[in-house]
Amino acid sequence: MLEKAFSGSRTYWSWIFVLLVIIGGGVACWFWQFSEGLTITGLSRDVAWGFYIAQFTFLVGVAASAVMVVLPYYLHDYKAFGKMTILGEFLAIPAVIMCMLFIFVDMGMPNRILNVFLYPTLHSMMFWDTVALGGYLVLNIVISHFTLSSERREEPPPRWLRPIILLSIPWAVSIHTVTAFLYSGLGGRPFWLTAILAPRFLASAFAAGPAILILLAFFVRRISTFDPGKQAIDTLAKIVTYAMTINVFFVLMELFTALYSDIPEHVAHFQFLYMGLGGENNLAPWMWLSSLLAIVSLVVLINPRTRHNYGWLIFGCVAVIFSLWIDKGLGMVIAGFVPNPLGEVVHYWPTAPELMIGIAIYAIGCLILTGLYKIALEVRGQLKAN
Amino acid sequence: MKSSRRKFLKAAGLSAVGVAGSTAMATSARRTGDHEPPTTEGKRWAMVIDLRKFSKDDALIDKITDACHRVHNVPDFADDPKNEVKWIWTEDFETAFHSQEFHYIREDLKSKPTLLLCNHCDNPPCTRVCPTQATWKRASDGVVMMDWHRCIGCRYCMVACPYGSRSFNWKDPRKAPNLAETDSIYPTRMRGVVEKCTFCDERLARGQQPACVEVCDNDEMVFGDLNDPSSNVRRLLAEHMTIRRNPGLGTQPEVYYIVEDPRTLQEIAPAAEVFGEEGGHA
Repeated sequence: MLEKAFSGSRTYWSWIFVLLVIIGGGVACWFWQFSEGLTITGLSRDVAWGFYIAQFTFLVGVAASAVMVVLPYYLHDYKAFGKMTILGEFLAIPAVIMCMLFIFVDMGMPNRILNVFLYPTLHSMMFWDTVALGGYLVLNIVISHFTLSSERREEPPPRWLRPIILLSIPWAVSIHTVTAFLYSGLGGRPFWLTAILAPRFLASAFAAGPAILILLAFFVRRISTFDPGKQAIDTLAKIVTYAMTINVFFVLMELFTALYSDIPEHVAHFQFLYMGLGGENNLAPWMWLSSLLAIVSLVVLINPRTRHNYGWLIFGCVAVIFSLWIDKGLGMVIAGFVPNPLGEVVHYWPTAPELMIGIAIYAIGCLILTGLYKIALEVRGQLKAN
Repeated sequence: MKSSRRKFLKAAGLSAVGVAGSTAMATSARRTGDHEPPTTEGKRWAMVIDLRKFSKDDALIDKITDACHRVHNVPDFADDPKNEVKWIWTEDFETAFHSQEFHYIREDLKSKPTLLLCNHCDNPPCTRVCPTQATWKRASDGVVMMDWHRCIGCRYCMVACPYGSRSFNWKDPRKAPNLAETDSIYPTRMRGVVEKCTFCDERLARGQQPACVEVCDNDEMVFGDLNDPSSNVRRLLAEHMTIRRNPGLGTQPEVYYIVEDPRTLQEIAPAAEVFGEEGGHA
């Protein structure tokens, strides 16, 4: 089936070319980082994790969100998602690969990555996260491969695949839960020390992931005869709406607990995030933009008239994705470090090479996604001949 | 009891949920207020820093940090806080103990230089999170060790440490100006690994005191075995009011700070008697 990704129109190849150029730039920056060390990033003794780990966290959510189409289809036999499941799984695969790449580029000693398996450490959440992500990647590759090749032969998927598909449902929840545990089990970092971190991660993931899927479905519908069906889009939109509402609710709960209890070390991080602290306020405008986008998206999505209007729906989804990307891909990780455990306000902002490496990883994700979606559409013979 | 439970924990750490659950149990037991002695069975190295003996711009402080950083080949990227590596350093007293508040103490006490280093916690969060056991608490004496040949540079230990005691080699430490020539037999590190104070495990192995303690002439820093009731550190801890950094987190740091003048205690004692036994405790 893979060969179907290697033939295509001029537009297809131009798009691939653009991605490859971006990837080339990122790879060059990574080699620079590999020879000079992570000193070329904005990271420091005080802010030990930054842009890379934040993108990892956001993308684990995108990967996990495939469960929002898999679960209704396989567990509740919700037929409307029949055409969507493969798109969900084919979104999860590049998302997990991007997660792994973001971890990889963040490592000081990437050549020692196998130590995680040579010295498996059961009390480290990072070990479990590696296991969870690796397993999830394998699950999604196996499931999508066998469902699609059965579909190609016009046969039902093999019977043995069903338990594996059912396993992928709790597994998807686990990858984001364990990712939250990376943060929420650290006594010295009050900002993350909150039991609601994992639920909040899941809520934001189940909003952002399906929102991306809706945009992808609209895009695919434009370039092919593929039609996910009105019912599938409407249900996904509802899922985004509920998940986003729950996410905003969780954020407000976080704010209440921190601000009402008024415990200085909990308040300080929120103060840094939204108001700035000790002259350091580079995240504040982003966080307000994120809040604004969250409110706007909820207005658009909760109102059934705007939600059913595809123009507004696309706008709402873009707002959801961007709002949650700021929240998770910038605010959540950086604010955990500011102020530092000594109460000092410290500075971090990603550098140009750091951003370039990050953008290149997104480009690698796009490349894989493009190839996989191409295969899915070719197999179904739905690609328009243009 | 505590010790056997911790061993059991290690053996039974079969699942993420299991580990999280048992750690929670350990924490709640601590919260009941039972005093927790060190859990290593052989020695339990600890340090007492006598802040009364340090003053602002004290030449001794430079002597101490130099002794440590020189013998361990700690790279010095002068004026470059972003790439800073430090094993022992000073902060103002107020910053070092920022989780406690000292609003009305004398200015010179507030800004008193306070030496900070790895606390060699009895319950270290850094070793708990390390995915490769490149850092661990040594069973024989409680020293929190580092293996620079195993560390993958994920920096999770730095994120977990509540004391900022760990540094990462953002750039090649061997290119630092001060390491161009070195006569120390101690290994230099490569870029991409985390490093920190190890209580001079290489010197302990030779029966020597840590380098920082050795340069102190007047017991400004004292190092010894907590499991030995007649040790110098136990004697100091018995005789003085000491504080530790952020004890509320349950990490059981093993670096203690003497902050008060013993005379103050004697002055307060009669006042407690006035209120009687119960009033004194209230």
